[in-house]
Order: sequence, then structure tokens, then C-alpha cells
Amino acid sequence: MRRLRQFIFILVAAVAAVAGAPRAEAAKDELVIGITQFPANFNPLIEAMLAKSYILAMATRPITSFDKDWALVCLLCTTLPTIENGLAEIEDLPPDHEGPYKKGVALTVSLHPEARWGDGTPVTSADVVFTWEVGRHPQSGVGNVEGFRRILRIDVQDDKTFTLHVDRLTFDYNSLNGLWLLPAHLEREAFRDPIEYRNRTTFDTDTTNPGLYFGPYRITAVESGSHVVLEPNPTWYGPKPHFKRIVVRAITNTAALEANLRSGAIDYVAGELGLTLDQALAFEKRNRAAFTFLYKAGLVYEHIDLNLDNPILKDRRVRQALLYGIDRETLVAQLFAGRQPVAHSSVNPLDWVVADDIPKYAHDPARAKALLDAAGWSRIEGGVRHNGQGERLALTLMTTAGNRARELVQQVLQSQWRKLGIDVRVRNEPARVFFGQTVSQRRFPAMAMFAWISSPESVPRTTLHSTMIPTQENNFAGQNYTGFKNAQVDALIDQIEVELDRAKRKQLWAELQRIYATELPALPLFFRANPYILPSWLKGVEPTGHQFPSTLRVEAWRAAP
Amino acid sequence: MTRFLTQRLFESVLLLAVMSFVVYGLIGLMPGDPIDILVMSNPELTDEDARRLKALLRLDEPIHARYLAWAGQALTGDFGYSRVHGQPVLTVLGPHLVRTLWLMGIAFVLAVAIAIPVGIIAALRPYSLTDYAVNFFTFAGISIPPFWLALLLIMLFSVQLEWLPAGGVPFRADAGWLDHARHLVLPVLTLTVLSVAGFTRYMRSDMMEALRQDYIRTAWAKGLPQHRVVLNHALRNALIPLVTVIALDFGTLFSGALITETMFAYPGMGKLIYDAIMGNDYNLALVGLLFATLLILVGNLLADLAYGWLDPRISYR
Repeated sequence: MRRLRQFIFILVAAVAAVAGAPRAEAAKDELVIGITQFPANFNPLIEAMLAKSYILAMATRPITSFDKDWALVCLLCTTLPTIENGLAEIEDLPPDHEGPYKKGVALTVSLHPEARWGDGTPVTSADVVFTWEVGRHPQSGVGNVEGFRRILRIDVQDDKTFTLHVDRLTFDYNSLNGLWLLPAHLEREAFRDPIEYRNRTTFDTDTTNPGLYFGPYRITAVESGSHVVLEPNPTWYGPKPHFKRIVVRAITNTAALEANLRSGAIDYVAGELGLTLDQALAFEKRNRAAFTFLYKAGLVYEHIDLNLDNPILKDRRVRQALLYGIDRETLVAQLFAGRQPVAHSSVNPLDWVVADDIPKYAHDPARAKALLDAAGWSRIEGGVRHNGQGERLALTLMTTAGNRARELVQQVLQSQWRKLGIDVRVRNEPARVFFGQTVSQRRFPAMAMFAWISSPESVPRTTLHSTMIPTQENNFAGQNYTGFKNAQVDALIDQIEVELDRAKRKQLWAELQRIYATELPALPLFFRANPYILPSWLKGVEPTGHQFPSTLRVEAWRAAP
Repeated sequence: MTRFLTQRLFESVLLLAVMSFVVYGLIGLMPGDPIDILVMSNPELTDEDARRLKALLRLDEPIHARYLAWAGQALTGDFGYSRVHGQPVLTVLGPHLVRTLWLMGIAFVLAVAIAIPVGIIAALRPYSLTDYAVNFFTFAGISIPPFWLALLLIMLFSVQLEWLPAGGVPFRADAGWLDHARHLVLPVLTLTVLSVAGFTRYMRSDMMEALRQDYIRTAWAKGLPQHRVVLNHALRNALIPLVTVIALDFGTLFSGALITETMFAYPGMGKLIYDAIMGNDYNLALVGLLFATLLILVGNLLADLAYGWLDPRISYR
């Protein structure tokens, strides 16, 4: 018995000794960021992933991107090529060129003269050509080849200057946001066998190789599934970054993420991949004094897609009644403390093309009832409307199971529609099934609630054009899940894409939004807001609201004295 | 003995082969493949791109053809590449497996080391204050969900007392063993509490049962000291049912590790396998689950061998 007591004593003493060791206080020249995802790989061209973009934006840069005011700016180039400054020239496409476009554009781009990879090798036009070769190769494993395929040819002027010949003249002709350069001097060997490239890329076989990065920081350590360490890159050509070390920690469980923030194990929870809005609002109530809270509504458009093949939803009056019947302002105020703006169409209020003079649907139950009566759903039995044929006004509302915010919204909507005599049945599915099959193959019987992530002035071709309706015949290609067909909308989309005049384009956009808000192929709900929880000493973090992460301006982040 | 081991080895290999097919098939049955999911998150991805990527990853082939191709490669020792990580499966899995084995191993040893003496003490003084206290804590341990216990420990030791880090692994290059140990304390504690409660309950009841046997009465009558009666005569017999429970519990410990790893952001194998399944990373998920199966099989084999050591009357055929 005495030995047993000794054993227990030793055990307790050992735990106390380990626990009692002094806790290293994080210095202000080090920043620990918490996010909820760990990047599975680090090659910027293979498989888009938000966690990867978030980290890579500190270590490398695309040629252009949108700034915090949603304006297109140069990040790696010196001057944005435009038709006005002569760096973009309209050119005829070769006669044998296939496709709907007749004019192309030649963009002359100069890379920053001081841009060098972390091992000292200059960033040159050769890297651009190599990246294009990798990007357009059908077997390289690059996800989005389309942007690379549009480039017909690259003429190298010198080490730092090149001309891209693009196969179409669209309003966003000078946007090179997807062009994240690969270091040819390190990656060429891995690309020798293109089909093996994704398994041999230096970004994954030697992630801490300094030659992979030219941004303000470079990746110096990776603990798979746990964290990534970044330290200043001595070859960076921009303003000197403040922090000696930035650690990005992945904590997938948001409750654990919150606890880590409170314990000081992490300093800052990134809005791009952090707490959900309801969690952040609850956290703010308890910890308002200790942190700075920023809420930025952005391009995540929460809405309900309506299956227009459903006989009930074919009638526009029913669709409008559904929207008049819900009180989105109160819903947003009560559930999200008013942090998420109500959506009136798919265009974000921060986008310059947003139109104000479009139909808006304030909560108006009387009008909703009148519309339903007019549509033939006038007889009420057992609290549910019926039409002349005795059919019930019953609809199914689906969304992702386990998403607490969406399920709360669903309950509110269900109860408000119930008051109009609409029987709404909730049927939720795991995200995997919902997106992998139900939505993508248009198997939802009536309504599907989810979000679209877009970019500034994103033309809704894939979601609204009639050629983009997924069917068995086209192997379920396209994302027009509502089955919306409108010749005027098709024409507007075609026109917007090639209209260079901003004033004219804004008019076209206004017309598109007006039709969208009238026809309502989907019910707009709100634009989701990202909560950023910062320590009070961290300055310079500027949430943008668009899809490009705030880390693209990480060199401006500072610790206040 | 040799025959027994050969037979068990053969059964294990067969089971692993069957498991590999079942797991591969189950992952394949999940709706939507990784490219379908990619299309949803990237509106600019064209149908042509999606088809090209599916062909590149062989996702356009029937599941049995893909499985046979993988199995053929696996027989040569090549378990393929992780689709998501772009690296050989074993390269990805290795560090995660080592971390999970550390976590599970320490928790397991601690659980057994605590449960056996505590169970004996409770059995020796049944219905005493000590026994009631042990019962109370073991029932509490059995009832507490691991994710809640993990959060509770983080709130207490990391947020309130600020004694321990809230999990993860140290990110400083110069981190010593003490720093690594500090990061392990809370995840190990969580897993240990989960296991120790059940083990203690079994130990207590098995020991009480053993202490009621005639041969124990004889031992007491012979005037043997308490420690010899308890440790040499009663414990050895009481351990046989516990060994069975421990062997069966090995799988539970593994699933507990998944929750613990998630809550403490500990980069172990449980979380890796979960992400691989959700990301349709066939090769990684498959090899990871086969490792888990292998661990459970090894646990059961060791239990079978332990029976013979504990009770020489048991023979292997």
C-alpha cells in the first residue's frame, strides 16, 4: 500500500512539475493567428483552398488583385495595363481561332524590378512563361485551367517585361488575379513529367525552400495539420514587415479556437476562416474589453435557390409572395445583430455595379397573401392553402445539416411562411450529400438554401445563363441550379462581359438586377459577414469583404507599442 | 503456439484485405467526388476541366477497377499518393501515426497504471467511503463526453489557471522535451480519464469476484500476508476479464483520439483520416484505416497471448 501511495505521489508531482513550468509570454514581434482549416498542399495552382490562399498571400503575390476598396491594383507588376495607358492593345484574333470572341487583347506587363525569389534568383518573365505552361497543361493537375487557356501566346520582351496575348476582350481584360507565379528554376525539374507534377512539386516536397517565395514573409516551418511558421523574407521589395514571426495555427473546432484565443495561445482569429458570426457575437458580449471586433460583410451571398421545374414555383407570383412573406430585416437584426446586410439581388451593396432602383421586398404579409390568392392558392384548410384542384401549397426547404445559423434561419422562415398558409417541410442533408448530389444534380424538390462566393463584378454566367443548367445530358455541368431560362438575361450576360464602357456596363448590370429581382429565380436573404477578432495591439488589418484574403496586405500589420 | 500465431497472422491478413475493399467501397459510395465539390466552390471551373481532372485522378473509372489497381500497387509496397497532399501516403501518414501512438500509448499506460491499483483499493474496501469516492469518479468519467471534458480542461488549465497550453504542438524550433510534454498533458489527461473510469469499474468488480473464491479463502487461512494474497493470487485471475476489455477498448481509444485530437488541435492520425474521408482522399483514408485496424488486431493478439501468461491452463491450438 505504501508503494502505491508513493507511485501516486510521484505521478501527481510529475504532472505538477510539467504544468508549473513557466509559460512563455508571446512577444509583440510575434503574431499567432488561429484559423479553422489546414492547407492540404501549398502549390498555388493546384486545388484552390482558402487556408492555402490565406497563408500563401503572405509569402507570394498574384500579378494583380483587388485592394480594400475593390479596385484592381498591381501587386507584382509596376503599372496596370489599360487601353488608356497603351499597355493593353486590342488585336484581331487569328482567323482559325474558335470561340465566340472576335477580338483579343495584348497586355504588356512589367514585373517589379526588385522582385526576387527568397534564394536571390530574380522573378522574371521566364517564370511567367513557365507558370503558363504548367497552368494550361491538361495533365498538370491544375484546377482552373480556363484562365491559362485564354492566353494564346506570351512574347518575352526582356527579363522583366512580357506581353500576354489573350483570346478575348472582356471588361476585366487586365485582371491577372489568378496568375500566381511558380519559380521556374525550382519547379522545372518537377514538371518534366507533367502527370507527376502535382506529386513532385517543390511546394509540397520542400515547402520551406526559400526559393519558392518572394513576398514579405516566407514559410520556414510546417507541422502538418498543426501550424505553419512564417518569417520575414529578406528579398522582399516592399515595405519591411513588422513581425519577426507569424504562426498560423489550425484549430478546426471553433469552440476550441475560442478557448485558445481566451487562453492567449493564439492572438488573433482570422475572419476569413474563423468563428461563425453567432459565436463571435456571443464571444464579444463576454470579452468586449479584451479584443477588437471587426465585422465585414462580403461576397458570400446567402440565398434560397428555387427549383423552377416545381409546378408551384413556376408561378412568379408565388415566388414573390414567398419573399414578401419573410421579414429579413428583423431576422438579420435578431439573429445576427444586424451585422449582415439584407440582399436584394446577388450583387453586393459594396460592388460599384449595384443598382438601387430595383424591386425590393420589404416584409408585407398582406401583399404576399394577395399574390397567393391571385395565383389560385386561395382556399385555406387546416391552416394550409389549397388550389382549385385541391392541391396543398406545400414546399420542401433544404439546407446543410449541422449548420446552426442556417437551421435557425430555416426555422424563422418556416414559421413566417406558415402564417401565410404555406406548409414548408424542412429536410436537411450533410453538406457532402447536399452539395455533392442534391444541389449539383438539381434533385431538390423546391427550395435549397446555401451561399455563393463570388468576386467583385462577377458576371453570373454560370448561375443564371440558360446554357448552364445541369442536366444528365451535359453531365451536370453548370451551376444554374434553379433552371432559370430568360433570353433577356442571357443577352445581358453576353453584353456585360464585353462592354468596356463603365457607364454603359453599369446600365446593363442595373437591368440584369432588375430582372433578377422581378423574376426571383432565387430568394435573396443576406450577405454573410466575417468576424475578425484582434488583440487591441494589432493594427493595420483591413478586412476587404471580397474573396482575396486580408493577408495580401500583411506587410502593413503592426503591433502598437 | 507457432500454429496459433500462424493462423492468427493468416486471419489478420485476410481481414485486412476484406477491410481494404469494404473501406474503399464505402468511401466510393459517398455522394459527390472531390471534383464535384471543387466545382461547387469554384464557379469558373468548366465542365471540360472537371472531366479532365476526373480522368487525371481516375475518378471516371468504376470503383472496383480503381480498387484493383490500388491493390495491385499495394502488393508491391506502393500505397500510392495522397490526392490532397500530393505526397506518398506513408510520408503523410508517418508523423501523424507517431504522434497518435505517443498520445494513445501514454494515455493507455497511465489508464492501466491508475485503474488497476484504484480498482484493487475499491475492491478491498467495498462500500466504504473510499469505494464510494472511486465509484463516483468512475461514473463521472464514463458519463462525461470527451469533447466536453476537453473544453473543460482547456478552460480550467489554459484559460483560468494559465498553467498549460491548450493543446497543439510547440511551434518554436528550439522547443525542448518539457515544452512537448506540456502540450501533451491535457490531451493525454482527457484520453486517460475516458479509459481509466471503465477499466477501474471492471478491475473493482473482477477483483471482488476473485476475492470471494475458495482459493483466496485458503490463502488467507494459510496466513499469507495481504499483498501476496491480493497480488499473487487474486489479481492474476482478476486480470483475465480486464485484459479482454482493454483489448476491445483499443478501438474506442482510437476513436476517442479523433475527438481529442480535434479539440486540442493535435495533428494526429485520427484527424488526418477524418479529413481524408471527407476529402475523398482514397489512398490516405484507406491506408490510415488499415493501420487502425492493424492496431486493433495487434491489441487483440496481445490479449490472447496475455491470457496464456495469466492462466497457464489456457493453451493455444
